Amino acid sequence: MKIKIVALSVALLACGGVFAQAADTVAKVKASGIVTMGVRDSSGALSYTLGDGKYTGYHIEICQRVIANLEKAAGRKLEIKYQPVTSQNRIPLVQNGTVDIECGSTTNNAARAKDVAFLNTTFVEEVRIAVKANSGITSIAQLNGKNVATTTGTTSVQTLRKNERANGVDFKEVYGKDHSDSFLLLESGRADAFVMDGSILAGNIASSKNPADFKLVGEVLSVEPIAIMIRKDDAAMKKLGDSTIGEMVKSGEMAKLYDKWFMQPIPPKNTRVGLPASESVKSAWAGPNDKPMEEYKK
Amino acid sequence: MSWDWKVFLNDDGSGRTYLQWMFDAWGWTLSVAGASWIVAMIVGALVGTLRTLPNSPWLVRLANAWVELFRNVPLLVQIFIWYFVVPKIFPAMKDLPSFILVVFALGFFTSARIAEQVRAGVQALPRGQRYAGMAMGFTTAQTYRYVILPMAFRIIIPPLTSESMNLLKNSSVAFAVSIAELTMFAMQAQEETSRGIEIYLAVTLLYAVSAFAVNRLMAVVESRLRIPGLVIAGATGGGH
Repeated sequence: MKIKIVALSVALLACGGVFAQAADTVAKVKASGIVTMGVRDSSGALSYTLGDGKYTGYHIEICQRVIANLEKAAGRKLEIKYQPVTSQNRIPLVQNGTVDIECGSTTNNAARAKDVAFLNTTFVEEVRIAVKANSGITSIAQLNGKNVATTTGTTSVQTLRKNERANGVDFKEVYGKDHSDSFLLLESGRADAFVMDGSILAGNIASSKNPADFKLVGEVLSVEPIAIMIRKDDAAMKKLGDSTIGEMVKSGEMAKLYDKWFMQPIPPKNTRVGLPASESVKSAWAGPNDKPMEEYKK
Repeated sequence: MSWDWKVFLNDDGSGRTYLQWMFDAWGWTLSVAGASWIVAMIVGALVGTLRTLPNSPWLVRLANAWVELFRNVPLLVQIFIWYFVVPKIFPAMKDLPSFILVVFALGFFTSARIAEQVRAGVQALPRGQRYAGMAMGFTTAQTYRYVILPMAFRIIIPPLTSESMNLLKNSSVAFAVSIAELTMFAMQAQEETSRGIEIYLAVTLLYAVSAFAVNRLMAVVESRLRIPGLVIAGATGGGH
């Protein structure tokens, strides 16, 4: 019994030690020489895999700049490890120290800000409506009585419900099990519109058989700031990341990166997302902030 | 890990609570499973019987083809074929609600399995039963109606119970074609509320309760239909 208690307290102490160290990313990477980047398999042009354990995208490139500055702060060369994460496990993995910096497509909202911290917003997602170009639909009001597709397990479903109640329109929701499935609903005519994050819609349209057949129309249904995620209460890391982002905006590198990932053809299929920087993205760059989604609502 | 069961009382954005939504979803699960069960039993009994007919080789082949077709293609693939491919070939089917398509997909898939069990039940009977029917001057239809099928169906109630429970659990694939059933509720609500563990536990419980209810119901059917001395569960030889 005594031995058990001793073992338990040793284990607890050890855990405490790990946590204490984990909150200070600079010290942690200085000691280990390894920095772990959380990445996504397919989060549009923000973060995706090329196969063979290679990851790339707009947010990953920004993270690489942050890590370059982290190397300077730590005073040693760092080995970058990539850890694929999902929307279910990304927050626990950042909290428990498995991932040092998450470079995916995480929406900065108040609930998450209780568990983790976000760098300044680098991308703003706008929930939009995609329709067939010849459908004549130009606004959400025209979707009354129409079939509207969206993807199960996304916040767009909730956005759609709220809009339905707020605007008094009544549409029939059809749910795809993933984004390509939802797009198939639109393409096959089972749905008249597909409501989803603008970058995902643009990407799906770009890689469709005939991109000219589809277009993004209507009002922006919801605005969500997307940011790089780090551990909470790590002021040094937050400052380092924010200043890296600030410098990139100032030097014009951020706009160049955006152009590279959202306007130019990107690997592996050399398709174009074709989503020009929106006003919300530009204002997030001009006035750096880490406001959660709740403050974007008018 | 702290529990937050109050999450079920939150508003989901359209004016109902997550709890109400979950019960709506449960209703969809039960309707899909119930309607598919009816399709599966009718078609399965018919096809299974056809497979055992003595003097109609083409009907037997047709029924065999049916079973192999629906048994050898994964269920999710079948659902997608019904939803995306069939309406392309027959434009008239485009207006059918996805509920009907899923009921057909699930029903036909399960019918292949039930047909196998019906065939097994019929073939488990001693050949003498059939001959006895013929000796009485019954037609083939009468032999099946009065002699073979009443016994065959009693024999296969235990596997039919498993099959009915499987059908209920298989109904979760309906989420893939936009039926707002329990699995879809779970995927959607856990994303919206970030309380995945509570949501999944509740949904698991509902599935388990429904499947167990099917089990008990079939047990009642089995005991009601039992003929003393004829087929005794657990006894060897079927009591002939």
